Amino acid sequence: MHGSDPFTMTRRNVLLTGSTLAATGVVPAYAEDPVGSGTPVEPLPEAASSQVRLRVNGREVRLMLDNRTTLLDALREHLHLTGTKKGCDHGQCGACTAIVDGRRINACLTLAVMHDGADVTTIEGLGTPRNMHQMQRAFVRHDGYQCGYCTPGQICSAVAVLDEIGKGIPSHASADLNARPLLSAEELRERMSGNICRCGAYSNIIDAMLEVAGRRA
Amino acid sequence: MKAFTYERPAKPADAAAAVARRPAAKFIAGGTNLLDLMKLQIEQPTHLVDVNGLGLDRIEPTSAGGLRVGALVRNTELAADPRVRRDYAVLSRALLAGASGQLRNKATTAGNLLQRTRCAYFYDPNQPCNKRDPGSGCGALRGLSRQHAIVGASSACIATHPSDMAVAMRVLDAQVDTVKGDGRQRTIPIVELHRVPGDTPHLETVLEPGELITSVTLPPPPGGRHVYRKVRDRSSYAFALVSVAAIVQPDGTGRVALGGVAPKPWRSDAGDTALPDGPGAVTSRLLAGGATTRDNAFKVTLVERTIAAALADAKG
Repeated sequence: MHGSDPFTMTRRNVLLTGSTLAATGVVPAYAEDPVGSGTPVEPLPEAASSQVRLRVNGREVRLMLDNRTTLLDALREHLHLTGTKKGCDHGQCGACTAIVDGRRINACLTLAVMHDGADVTTIEGLGTPRNMHQMQRAFVRHDGYQCGYCTPGQICSAVAVLDEIGKGIPSHASADLNARPLLSAEELRERMSGNICRCGAYSNIIDAMLEVAGRRA
Repeated sequence: MKAFTYERPAKPADAAAAVARRPAAKFIAGGTNLLDLMKLQIEQPTHLVDVNGLGLDRIEPTSAGGLRVGALVRNTELAADPRVRRDYAVLSRALLAGASGQLRNKATTAGNLLQRTRCAYFYDPNQPCNKRDPGSGCGALRGLSRQHAIVGASSACIATHPSDMAVAMRVLDAQVDTVKGDGRQRTIPIVELHRVPGDTPHLETVLEPGELITSVTLPPPPGGRHVYRKVRDRSSYAFALVSVAAIVQPDGTGRVALGGVAPKPWRSDAGDTALPDGPGAVTSRLLAGGATTRDNAFKVTLVERTIAAALADAKG
């Protein structure tokens, strides 16, 4: 069963195991019927909710959401994909970084309703405990985290950063705007500045990224 | 966040009309500033008009030899466009000096121009703020004002405009193209887009209710050396204390605009004219008529030194 395999236990499974919710026995990765799960606390004005279709980690989902629902809350509270974290909820910390239509964004600063039809990749879609993305493996190898709260955002951002460099997108650290950007520590530090790590794992995160970049090159 | 209704029209004129007919409606593009403010209930729209479906996301050459940048072009796209990197490097540099990679992937050209100040007193509903709550006073004037304006401000408001991109647009003499709720179009020189606060700091631009920015047009490439120099409290992902956008020609003439020091991108003919006379002359012309607080008086020296650094970069 899902929760009995220690290798598939997520932090959330562990927490739930000790709660009454564990009585359900299974914590599915997705809600079985997410439509209509956004029960409002107070009555909404007419048409203040919308139907939203998303493709999340390769799976099509349909949600009926209060228009106020951020993409982050849609992922966490409605699809129960709790890998994407809520830190500041104001676009300052990067814990909510997800990859939407191929670009990393702050999922907290955008509305789910604005992404009808979008393709979303979260940390759960990059890799699994049994089959980790090479960036996840590199973070483990280089100790690129301590408490782990910012880590899903760091890893989504790191994957997107290497993609951006590959596409030739310049940064503030690029000496020559018209040359191919370098895969240097200075470039990676600048490009990762939207992801805050209060434990201070920055240097190990850069080491992990350099290893993956070197492997690709 | 207050509840709101939502629509996503397909035509710019329809979007403008949709906002014009409802006093509490707002456009939403990237949303990176508006949603931040809605969560704090500083902005409380009852209806959002999503402009992401309007097809305003292209960068096209103009017949005059410049570039027309669609209002919805993301900051990342604009900074990375090969024509912008080659011919308008000051704009690429300014964009890349702002925000984070995630925010630049979302934030749009028009939204960047229209973003609100990051003044901490504007952001804190427990503080007086003439911009957020006209007539309530200015918390910053007697508060912590290290980040605040040293020129162009008033006794009602000393907030700065936070954009880097807008400072480059100002030094490039960009023009802002709009459509109004009745379908009429107009073009506004960037110098006229933002107001200075005077007694009405809540009125930040000359745009009418429902008037939608459709594109920003760059004139033909100005040539010269392009520099954007930004000084901030950390080396990345922070707003400017002072920034300098400069375009310097081989004969030493050119243009210079400042960010982080005024309620709008700050440039003057006198400042440009003084460029061959050096940073001290440019600073005194640009900051003429300004006023500092105890906290932000350091910015005067910082402006002069940042201009000096920018001019050195332009020679290098």
